[in-house]
Amino acid sequence: VKILATYNIKGGVGKTATAVNLGFLAAREGYRVLLWDLDPQGAASFLFRIKPRVKGGGQALIHGKRPVDDAIKGTDFDNLDLLPADFTYRNLDLMLDEAKRPDRRLARLLAPLKREYDLVILDCPPSISLLSESVLHAADLLLVPLIPTTLSVRTLDQLTDFVAGFNGHQPQVLAFFSMIDRRKRLHTQIAQDLPAQRPDFAAAAIPALSVIEQMSVHRAPVTVFSPRSQASRQYASLWQEARERVKLGEPR
Amino acid sequence: VRNGSTEFVLDGDQGARPDVGRALSNGTGSTFSFADDGPARRVRRTWLDTFDWRLYRAGLALEQVAGSGRTELVLTGRDGERLAVAQGSVAQGGVAPSGAANGNRGRAGWPALLGALPPGPLRELLEPVVGVRALAPVARATSQVRQQRVLNADAKTVARLAIDQMSVTYPGRAKAAPRLAVAAVRGYQAQASRLGAELAAAPGIRLAGGSALDAALAAAGTEPAPRVAELQLKAGMPAAVAMAAILTGLLDAIEDNVRGAIRDIDTEFLHDLRVAVRRTRSALKLAGRALPGELASRYGREFKWLGDLTTPTRDLDVYLLGFETMTAGLVGATSEDVSPFLHYLERTRATAHRELARTLRSARFARLTSQWRTELASVRAVRKRPAVAELASQRIAVAQRRALRAGQNITAASPAAELHYLRKRCKELRYLLEMFGSLYDPDQRWQAVRELKALQDCLGAFQDAEVQREEIHTFADRMLAERSAPAATLLAMGEIAADLARRQRKARMEFDDRFAAFAGQASQARLTALTQAAVT
Repeated sequence: VKILATYNIKGGVGKTATAVNLGFLAAREGYRVLLWDLDPQGAASFLFRIKPRVKGGGQALIHGKRPVDDAIKGTDFDNLDLLPADFTYRNLDLMLDEAKRPDRRLARLLAPLKREYDLVILDCPPSISLLSESVLHAADLLLVPLIPTTLSVRTLDQLTDFVAGFNGHQPQVLAFFSMIDRRKRLHTQIAQDLPAQRPDFAAAAIPALSVIEQMSVHRAPVTVFSPRSQASRQYASLWQEARERVKLGEPR
Repeated sequence: VRNGSTEFVLDGDQGARPDVGRALSNGTGSTFSFADDGPARRVRRTWLDTFDWRLYRAGLALEQVAGSGRTELVLTGRDGERLAVAQGSVAQGGVAPSGAANGNRGRAGWPALLGALPPGPLRELLEPVVGVRALAPVARATSQVRQQRVLNADAKTVARLAIDQMSVTYPGRAKAAPRLAVAAVRGYQAQASRLGAELAAAPGIRLAGGSALDAALAAAGTEPAPRVAELQLKAGMPAAVAMAAILTGLLDAIEDNVRGAIRDIDTEFLHDLRVAVRRTRSALKLAGRALPGELASRYGREFKWLGDLTTPTRDLDVYLLGFETMTAGLVGATSEDVSPFLHYLERTRATAHRELARTLRSARFARLTSQWRTELASVRAVRKRPAVAELASQRIAVAQRRALRAGQNITAASPAAELHYLRKRCKELRYLLEMFGSLYDPDQRWQAVRELKALQDCLGAFQDAEVQREEIHTFADRMLAERSAPAATLLAMGEIAADLARRQRKARMEFDDRFAAFAGQASQARLTALTQAAVT
């Protein structure tokens, strides 16, 4: 099993949109995919029409009182399951703090799912915390959506340095531009130049399009209700890049 | 509705497009709604089983599903849960030993032995159940399958429905009532169960009582695994009438297996046919006097003719079925060395089988079976005595004495022929116990034959090795004469012969203990008590 995480300290940069679209695209290719909605706001759960509720809350999951398996819900799409968000996830940090080896906790929780899934996607809340540290330790690849500004590139460098300081397992980092506003010259300029210069940047870039915002109206990934849109094409190309980075084999 | 899927049947006239949503809303107001999920699919389904329904009896169903350009084999268990799936089917014509595929062109090679199935978990699950038997179609149908999604109030899919309209094409033509399979989406078992309860309560919908195969067979007017009711003898029955009933049952068994033996679908047809012939001969020899006139001696000769003609093919079958085991232990020889021997056996077997098929198609065989049936049907009880229980206990006592005497005469110096003689006496005793078995208490019967069985196994191992050792010498002579055997092959055959001799010696060494156990007081007393209980 390979573990992807969509991660950024900032909110509203397109983490959830990336997680649900890549999850759907991978499942459609035949991979068995689990998407874990770690964000207490439950945007991914909402998009799949699944109630953001886990019996016993985050507490039961983190402390192993309830197997992760029990909380999993099937989405409307073959091969794509979801571990829903729960409002108690806002306290995940506190819960992790009480657990042993909090930074490795998530990896341990996911271990029993290895056989059942080919791909796990973690949709993380925006923050720097014990939770994000635990995610960084569990993931094979961090997908980092960035709004094309100079500041966000600095943030990426900080993240890369932080990961480089890990002992043992270090996730790969794949950044990509998201919410590109074609009317802003700076956006287009940075989005064009950087990916060519840096190996940790994806060639794919997701434009700011209203069709992406419509996901919350359709309550489905854009790749489902508008598969031929530019947004869908960019997500497809981002998925291919991510798949190659983690060296995921052919689906069964 | 649990994990897996639950099936329902839609009763009454549903028209071309059964509407589950309407059926539900006609009942109580349901909160579920339904949405079509892709276009309807047409699939061709073939259910497979052995001639003796081994899969069905084991609670398994093997189905070949073909549609949308692909074919797969699906094995399901008793609750309809999928145990294994294999892509593809049997190789075209990659079938039974000979000929069976010819009449079946375009039917993807059924019947087929397990070896023709794609290797993998499915085949491995089937192996212990199916064994050497061939799989053949027991039912065929085409299904029009429409998928629907079941949505809750949030328009979230909580279950998937498959509405299956099945037209059975074999063993008869008929339309089956539409079936409905409900599968819960993961994590929505509770809502799917509620849906299941609503469906079960809706008018015109009921839980399916059996599998799709059961439904297909029922629609075609047959039933699976028709078990011949075991003959139930009554102790006071006139012996002549009982014997006629026993022999008619054996004749049924012979005739049931003729077609499969001629078409060479698998080796068990001939084996079962031979067993029925041997039992017929034993019955005639040991208890034939209970039948009127010259019946026993007249037909005894005919069944000897039939039995003898089946022997060459069966002996070679035994050789070929055991070939892998026999050659697995070879130390000096390689598999290339033995392959000319294998080919020789296969060639010889094909010739023997042609001869056998000729016999089974002959006018003499047809006359034998039809006249025998007529004769048996006209057997009337002229005299009331002896009753069958008396006949049985008397004949069993004689057979028991003969077996004992034959065994007691055997010493360390006795030739193989004397052990063979004992083996035949033991077989006779065993056949009698089985033939009259329904007169006795099943538990007691099982206890009484325990030592006899163990002795027979030992004698069987001894005699089979003896026969095979003799035969391998004959084969070697002939292969040499035909110049079809390289020296390496003959040497390999020598190694096989040596191994057979070793096995034979091992069986010979076990013999004394086995016979002592059989001849012991406890074992003999159990046998005597068994038959006495039925008479009194």
